[in-house]
Amino acid sequence: MKTLKKLSLLDLVKKNSVPLLFLILGLLGWMASGQPLPMLLQEVIYRLSRNLILVLSLIVPITAGMGLNFALVIGAMAGQFGLVFIKALNMGGVGGVGMSMLFALPLAILFGIGCGAILNRAKGKEMITGLILGFFANGLYQLVLLAGVGTIIPIKNPEIVLAAGVGLRNSMELNLINYSLDRLIPFKVIINNWPVWVPIATFMLIGLIAFAIHFLQRTKLGQNFRAVGQDKHISEVAGIHVDRTRMIAMIISTVLAAWGQIIFMQNIGKMQTYFSHEQVGLFSAAAILIGGATITKANFGNAIVGTLLFHLLFIVSPLAGKNLFGDAQIGEYFRSFIAYGVIAVAIVMYAMKKARADKAESADSMVE
Amino acid sequence: MEKVLEMRQISKDYSGNKVLKGVNLSVRAGEIHALVGENGAGKSTLMNVLFGMPVIHSTGGYQGDILINGAVTEIKSPKVAMDCGIGMVHQEFMLLPNFTVAENIKLNREPLKDNPLSKIAGSSLKTVDRAKMVSDSRKALDSLGIGIDDGALVSGMPVGHMQFVEIAREIDKENLKVLVFDEPTAVLTESEADVLLDAVKRLAARGIGILFITHRLDEVFTVADSITVLRDGEQIASMARKDTTIVEIAKLMVGHTVEACERCGNKTDENTPLAISMKNFSVAMPGERVRGLNLDVRKGEIIGIGGLAGQGKIGVANGLMGMFPAQGEVLLHGEPLKLNDPLGSIQRKMAFVSEDRRGVGLLLDVSIETNIVIAAMQVWNRYLNPFLGLRMTDQKAIRAHALEMIKLFDIRCIGPGQHTRRLSGGNQQKVCIARALALDPTVLLVSEPTRGIDIGAKKLVLDFLVKLNEEQGMTIVITSSELAELRSVCDRIAIVYGGKTMGIYKPDDPDEVFGLAMAGTDPEIGRGK
Repeated sequence: MKTLKKLSLLDLVKKNSVPLLFLILGLLGWMASGQPLPMLLQEVIYRLSRNLILVLSLIVPITAGMGLNFALVIGAMAGQFGLVFIKALNMGGVGGVGMSMLFALPLAILFGIGCGAILNRAKGKEMITGLILGFFANGLYQLVLLAGVGTIIPIKNPEIVLAAGVGLRNSMELNLINYSLDRLIPFKVIINNWPVWVPIATFMLIGLIAFAIHFLQRTKLGQNFRAVGQDKHISEVAGIHVDRTRMIAMIISTVLAAWGQIIFMQNIGKMQTYFSHEQVGLFSAAAILIGGATITKANFGNAIVGTLLFHLLFIVSPLAGKNLFGDAQIGEYFRSFIAYGVIAVAIVMYAMKKARADKAESADSMVE
Repeated sequence: MEKVLEMRQISKDYSGNKVLKGVNLSVRAGEIHALVGENGAGKSTLMNVLFGMPVIHSTGGYQGDILINGAVTEIKSPKVAMDCGIGMVHQEFMLLPNFTVAENIKLNREPLKDNPLSKIAGSSLKTVDRAKMVSDSRKALDSLGIGIDDGALVSGMPVGHMQFVEIAREIDKENLKVLVFDEPTAVLTESEADVLLDAVKRLAARGIGILFITHRLDEVFTVADSITVLRDGEQIASMARKDTTIVEIAKLMVGHTVEACERCGNKTDENTPLAISMKNFSVAMPGERVRGLNLDVRKGEIIGIGGLAGQGKIGVANGLMGMFPAQGEVLLHGEPLKLNDPLGSIQRKMAFVSEDRRGVGLLLDVSIETNIVIAAMQVWNRYLNPFLGLRMTDQKAIRAHALEMIKLFDIRCIGPGQHTRRLSGGNQQKVCIARALALDPTVLLVSEPTRGIDIGAKKLVLDFLVKLNEEQGMTIVITSSELAELRSVCDRIAIVYGGKTMGIYKPDDPDEVFGLAMAGTDPEIGRGK
């Protein structure tokens, strides 16, 4: 390969300016927070293991030219249906996690088909459509779990159903599956007398999923994703089924989001029945963008680095805020400010880049 | 040699409007067949029929037969066309910028390898065989005699190379029988075009039938074995190259007989002062780029700007008015004109009637009267009354002026308050002209004044322009795709080709002069041959 050109340090900095900026912010925040290293490490490792699948689920739609899939929320809902299912049957352990993933699979495929069909009618506006679609689906989700459970869906477990027998409770203990995958292969490192758990099994699952995505990208289907992502019209003329390809991308993303949400909950151990999924799309999108992805280009490196940095900031900012300004709320404010800010900046930067390219093109043509 | 492609009595209409009238065309193996004609002659429609484009089949299909290797074939979609061995090198490149050359050549025809999963889950999960992809592409590129790196990304490549990637993609298809080139040299430099023409000959020598669509007649005479001329959807002539001349083809292409314009041509001469002088004038209007054009407009004349679509004629007026980025040296009445400044251009007493009537020309959901005066209000502070430090519209004056214009132009409407969206094309055009006149221009730029309007309105609009010119001595620049129209009203006609002035001709010059100039061949040379 001839990519082994001379890589100057400046180029390297320029190319990775976004992750570097957040690395500096994170480190400064950590110093201000005064958090001990092992505690920080534990938090970072857990957050990496529980968020990474959600973030990975963004890669395929980005490759297929559909931008950041904010409809991830809908996949997360499918995952939560899966959790309700095992909770209703009182299943636990790794088997319970597996069952919930299995149960969520057909739902996620169904939701993915639905989202794909709608986004195919909103070409070029996938992100805003997906975002609103997520809000809308939230209404349906609430309707099903509030009014459907106990009436149409025969779930009786008093631990999760409201006293009246209809509708689910606001929160749901998941102690039956809490850490069941994370500590399937128990492994901890002692740093400064502080045990730091490393969720080996979860990381293995993440590795498996990453490998599957990598494999997919090398297949004919992956080639089609990339072609459609660049130009729908040209792909169509070449005989690629554009709409079908985009729908498959959505299905894959939705299924991964569902599984990602299950893994997430498995680590947290408690589900806010009606809220846990709400921020999934935004936070995952912010994470991958911080990792240096754009809305047209993303890879595993972006996902891993971004998740790491985004959550580093998440962990340290409340304490840093408290230490610096005497108020944890300010740190809290800071981190949600960053999550939304980074998405806005990414979208504006993309638009500016496009405008610049158009302008350069017209300037070129005058010189000719 | 046998005919690889034969089209018999192909007709096509779009909701009653006949665009192809019984065209016959046949291509033999190894033959280079040129298809020539003006814009709107039906070339693209014929190719859309051949390629099974959705636009044909969603509008009721076509009549006639297409024979591939002597067998009648119904081409229902581009896929069927490709399966039949018809390839197309598009005018606009169908290449993905972030794919490598090899990936583009093999787009959706990637060589695949089995893997354990694909045996269960189907062929879409087969692995792409990159090594074979590269070797196949290399073979196709080598057979064209071009040394492009197969691993390079397409983005940033010179257009000449992109064209070759397109061709390589087509010849990589094993069953290729007929290859259609749609204006292949339009975007190339002269030396690139020469390489391309060589490659075309080489392909023909391999037994592929070539259908070559172009408006560059000199190219036709360099490569083609036979020529078919289309005009207004009719097949005017089909002949072998050796039996004809470039002048004859040019004449056949244009072929309108126009009554001579009696009053034209004597108003001005070389000594008349110039209204506009453009030197090395470039405009970045997408699809209609002007590239270093020189043109003088004399004071008090009607000058026509003609040429084929895409050659830049539309860009000239748009550039002068600052609608698209422009550069170069422009003098207006001898004083330099500041470019890229629409307000400045209007203040220097130029007015523009845009070819994009509904997009740029009119505020569609606003009344006729407001449309007529809005530019004058903005630029000259007319039709305004000062009131407590604010400027209020003078409704009475606006109404009076609008009624006068409606009467003058015979604008058919319910009243001056009617929104312009509901007016017919002809009446919309009259409103546009009325608005331009409200600016008190000394130079009026009118683009495509009669596009999409009925014959009655056409005559009224053209007569009015002539009247303006004769009675008020207004300098008028008319840009039009309809040569006949230009020849009926203009004193001089400039033909724009490749973003430059090909030449300035008299309206009563013979047909072939215009035909050759529009096709990019200097008529003097053409006639000399």
